[in-house]
Amino acid sequence: MNQATDTASESSNWNRGRVGMASLILAETSFFAVFLVAYLFYIGRSLAGPYPADVLEFPFLATLCLLSSSVTIVWATRQLERGQRSPFAAGLFATIGLGGAFIGFTAIEWHGLIFEHNLTVTTNLFGTTFYSLVGFHAAHVLIGLSLLTGVLMLTLRGHVGPEHAERVELLSWYWHFVDVVWLAVMTVVYIVGV
Amino acid sequence: MAASDAPTHPHAISWTDTLHDWVTTVDHKRLGIMYIGAGLLFFIIGGLEAAAMRWQLAFPENDALSPETFNRLFTMHGTTMVFLVGMPVITGFGNYLIPLMIGARDMAFPRLNAWGFWMFLFGGLLLYFSYFGSTGLYGAGSAPDVGWFAYTPLSGKAFSRGNAADYWILGILISGFGSLSGAVNMLTTALTMRCEGMTLGRMPLLVWMMVVVSLLILIAMPPLTAAQVMLLFDRYLGAHFFDTQAGGDAVLWQHFFWFFGHPEVYILMIPGFAYASEIIPVFSRKVIFGYSAMVAATITIGVLSFGVWAHHMLAVGMSSGLNIWFGAITMVVGVPTGIKLFNWIATLYGGHIRFRVPMLFCAAFLLQFLLAGLTGIMLAAVPFDWQLTDSYFVVAHFHYVLIGGLLFTIFAAIYYWFPKMSGFMLSETLGRWHFALFLIGFHLTFTTMHIQGILGMPRRIYTYPADRGWDVWNAITSFGVVFQAAGIACFAVALVLAFRRRVPAGDDPWDAWTLEWSTTSPPPAYNFEALPHVKSRRPLWDEKHPEDPDWKYE
Repeated sequence: MNQATDTASESSNWNRGRVGMASLILAETSFFAVFLVAYLFYIGRSLAGPYPADVLEFPFLATLCLLSSSVTIVWATRQLERGQRSPFAAGLFATIGLGGAFIGFTAIEWHGLIFEHNLTVTTNLFGTTFYSLVGFHAAHVLIGLSLLTGVLMLTLRGHVGPEHAERVELLSWYWHFVDVVWLAVMTVVYIVGV
Repeated sequence: MAASDAPTHPHAISWTDTLHDWVTTVDHKRLGIMYIGAGLLFFIIGGLEAAAMRWQLAFPENDALSPETFNRLFTMHGTTMVFLVGMPVITGFGNYLIPLMIGARDMAFPRLNAWGFWMFLFGGLLLYFSYFGSTGLYGAGSAPDVGWFAYTPLSGKAFSRGNAADYWILGILISGFGSLSGAVNMLTTALTMRCEGMTLGRMPLLVWMMVVVSLLILIAMPPLTAAQVMLLFDRYLGAHFFDTQAGGDAVLWQHFFWFFGHPEVYILMIPGFAYASEIIPVFSRKVIFGYSAMVAATITIGVLSFGVWAHHMLAVGMSSGLNIWFGAITMVVGVPTGIKLFNWIATLYGGHIRFRVPMLFCAAFLLQFLLAGLTGIMLAAVPFDWQLTDSYFVVAHFHYVLIGGLLFTIFAAIYYWFPKMSGFMLSETLGRWHFALFLIGFHLTFTTMHIQGILGMPRRIYTYPADRGWDVWNAITSFGVVFQAAGIACFAVALVLAFRRRVPAGDDPWDAWTLEWSTTSPPPAYNFEALPHVKSRRPLWDEKHPEDPDWKYE
């Protein structure tokens, strides 16, 4: 299975893991694009309230948390490349904390929407498109968080070293992707849509 | 990898061990054969469904099938042929051939490969379980009956009660994950696992085309998944994506479906081009004409395929501007496709053509695919489409593409690569019978079908009155099924006889030039004893003709 020494192309910048992860990100981009198009298409088409302008507040703190977590994971990966395991674990922990905070803010927002404004997926087109788009993004954050938590646990048990830096970097690609999707979701839902 | 080490004499060990070996394998060759085998089994099922429909339509006002049964049959037939026959067969050949052609020992992600196969298979089985399971708690429903593109609002909760539509959604969604993982694998393998000297410009055209197909799958498949998720949300969570009563838009489903659906046509058809591009040169004893033009045309087709989806919806009431755009881009697709046809013809020109069975199928493909493309361009003219949309002319057009184009090249590919996969030759005589009978049957069925369409017969009707002038044409169309079935029977007998007679194929029965023919038939689990070193597009020619190698001229 390991042909790293056999193949000329393996030594280039595009190894198996990178192409595989890039392919996955391409497919996921296409998936989110459809939900974004549906959201854009249905802006202003709800027949009854609540409407976005009435109930949505710009998620400043949540955005700040998620964007910073992309910085911390880059920092953590660099520490791992240099063999600094404790700073790596700390950086990972910070990333998970910031991602967890993002999920927390989403939970608070959703709680308010559901119980104060009576907005659910069945209420109107806004509810339908909002919960599916933001929900699928949040689900991807949760997947990223569980993967990061797995890496953190393995690190604390001493199983992760500089030789795994490449794989952790691929995980960080996924995390950055989730971040970029949030930028698109945030723009469409909280800026264009209100 | 160790789990896949093939026992050299499977018949010498117990069948449970053999079964265990196949079920647990991560070897790309075995998975490729399993993909193709499963695809052929679903092909028989889908073919029987078509035959039942043709029996019902053979005479006016026939009552062999109820309208409900007929609706289920055309839904299951279309869904099966696209998702459970076309997709696994092209993935299977990609799996089997890409590592061998680029001089690799396996795919990039062997376990993901196995996962993808089982997702596809169980997705397909889930779809067929609908015949037994979809009555569910409602006591209503059987197999899905909403057509293979499951238009809303018909597929919504209000009009499709019971679980039938859910089986369509979930079965296809799950097998879609298999296609996606296969695409990730094929793309990664082709880009990162090539042997020394196998530059992108020396890759066999089949590998190039599967790279483009993989990219198309990665971009086009997730929108279908997303749309299916929306439909599930509508059906189960009370969402309103396609609910017109809440301001939703049922036509949005059509856009999402065809944004997948049209690239899907090229996902299925480009592999057909790929087999033809490997087989035609070998049986013409010439290198392919215009290698780089072929690659460029394939990429162009791939890019254009994302700009034509709404030509399936020209009659749905879009604005004239959109209709003209989608009609015009559809006609533009004819340009790169025409380049390919001319390249194949130029490859034949002046060649020393050997009409063995694979070449016969390819020759028929060239003519039939040309006609399929021409009716496609006719349908791209908006007023023409308004007249003939949803008629049997459209049915004839896409069966010309998918049978006259794709299935003929798949048969060519099976006759061509079966000796490599099994180590045994397929009977040339039975192959010729298969070809002749299937060719006659195909034209009886689908050439005449154009005429019913022009005479106004709509698709998907379960019967028709006697005074419309359609009787004779329908009778001929249905009669063709007999020849097609006889051809497939010859094919099945040829497959069985190959394992009975065991005529050894040798490493290279066709005197071919690509790397898969340089190893034994069937290849060992590790493919190559020593990884090859490639200097031209025809590495095996260089090896056989050291006095006149290709790399001196390329």
